Amino acid sequence: MAIRASRRIADVVAFVFATAATTFGLVWLTWILWMTFRQGAAALTPSLFTQMTPPPGSSGGIFNALYGSAVMILLAVVIGTPVGVAAGTYLAEHGRHTRLAAAVSFINDILLSAPSIVIGLFIYELVVRRAGHFSGFAGALSLAIILLPIVVRTTQESLLLIPDTMREAGFALGLPRWRVTRQILYKAAMSAILTGILLGIARIAGETAPLLFTALNNQFWSANLNAPLANLPVVIFQYVMSPYDEWHTLAWAGAFVLTAFVLLLNILVRLIARKGKQG
Amino acid sequence: MNDSLTALRITPAEITPPPASAKVAIDIRDLDFYYGKGHALKDVSMAVPAYSVTAIIGPSGCGKSTLLRGINRIYELYPDQYASGSIAIDGQNILDRRYSLSDLRRKVGMVFQKPTPFPSSIRANVAFALSYYEKLPKTEVSDRIEDALRQAALWDEVKDKLNQSALGLSGGQQQRLCIARTLAVRPEIILLDEPTSALDPISTAKIEELIHELRQRFTIVIVTHNMQQAARVSERTAFFHLGELIEVGNTSDIFTNPREQRTRDYITGRFG
Repeated sequence: MAIRASRRIADVVAFVFATAATTFGLVWLTWILWMTFRQGAAALTPSLFTQMTPPPGSSGGIFNALYGSAVMILLAVVIGTPVGVAAGTYLAEHGRHTRLAAAVSFINDILLSAPSIVIGLFIYELVVRRAGHFSGFAGALSLAIILLPIVVRTTQESLLLIPDTMREAGFALGLPRWRVTRQILYKAAMSAILTGILLGIARIAGETAPLLFTALNNQFWSANLNAPLANLPVVIFQYVMSPYDEWHTLAWAGAFVLTAFVLLLNILVRLIARKGKQG
Repeated sequence: MNDSLTALRITPAEITPPPASAKVAIDIRDLDFYYGKGHALKDVSMAVPAYSVTAIIGPSGCGKSTLLRGINRIYELYPDQYASGSIAIDGQNILDRRYSLSDLRRKVGMVFQKPTPFPSSIRANVAFALSYYEKLPKTEVSDRIEDALRQAALWDEVKDKLNQSALGLSGGQQQRLCIARTLAVRPEIILLDEPTSALDPISTAKIEELIHELRQRFTIVIVTHNMQQAARVSERTAFFHLGELIEVGNTSDIFTNPREQRTRDYITGRFG
């Protein structure tokens, strides 16, 4: 009986702690969403998504910033994903037992935890200074470099999760490695890799530091990737720092949109993961 | 001799062993196999007759799966595993690095212990290797898929759901799908690595029945833990112990009148 009682107590304690921890996490999320929503409510109108960032003292939206962010994220995914998936595949499949792969894996770990401002400075030196001006392309490049190690790691891990018996079954049919990888392993790891890419997008969507040195910002409408490009994080940063109330409200609204976007991405990730499990 | 076997209720199948003059499908000579420093097979020589079932039995770790993994060189996936000696199929030493892996594995199919359906449709599972080896018109691919599934005694169960995921099949069906997948590329030799150890008795019976039917068209080598199974399905049996081939012969002889004491001890359940 004594054992049963102590087990029940342990169970209750664990339950209380787990619930408390969950609540603790949820409180901040809802608080952030609520505060950004409340502060930005005045600007959360259709014109937020259709008008350009305004000069001080007049109303406007953040369309140019949303467009710039979307284009840079898309470009970062286009650059970072193929390279990342290829490198992750090399680490998990082709180079699994090699020293080169061990070294690449280690360097990828460092890149994964590198402060984003360092990556911004790197691209600043490499692209912006040489070109002589800030550009959306440089911004996308810095985001791609942040995305890259995330994709490499998730690809590698999700491929390694597939039991070797699956590979053996493919090879036993005489299929060459690239075919086993493409037709069997990628299929088995698809939802996990996709999840990694989406989480990577969520991560780069809010990156501000690297964009400050690369894309900078643009007050006006511009779709030119070879010129400074407006983007959500830097607009939020600049508008919050400004003395103008309209800009503050816009910044809050932008922050709300950004948080909601990241939240939606995460929900999407959960849905994909669940579907992957059902296979 | 027979009394101990009667106690085990092992009755060797009424299968006529292949005549001594039968064509040799796999000729293994002086085969040694290493896992790093571990010496897993020691100087193994044996001949596997064509169009028959040869069972490989022995206690865990005796090298029976290792032997199987040598015949299609699947061990080459792992850099610290290597084999020396020779395994001749159609007169060519397949252990020679110049022997194309894809040719070898087309000729020598393998089915594993755990059913390993690919995460795709039933049709795609069978079509993968087929479409790699042969460029066939669509209708012919469908015919070949049906043919393979029929040979694996699975067609009637799956013909209405070929586009559904193979992961939805039962374990026994999945294993028969793996056999169908192997048959689709028309191999000469089929290696079965404890194909029923993860299955229930009914699925096991189906697979054994299948082996009976396939023996006429293929050379089959089956590794099994289950001596009754070896007695039921095979014409020839090889007994391995600690990496050595102790004895190989007609199944009825091995089970009723083994030459070696170790074989007798093993089949009467004294060890292993």
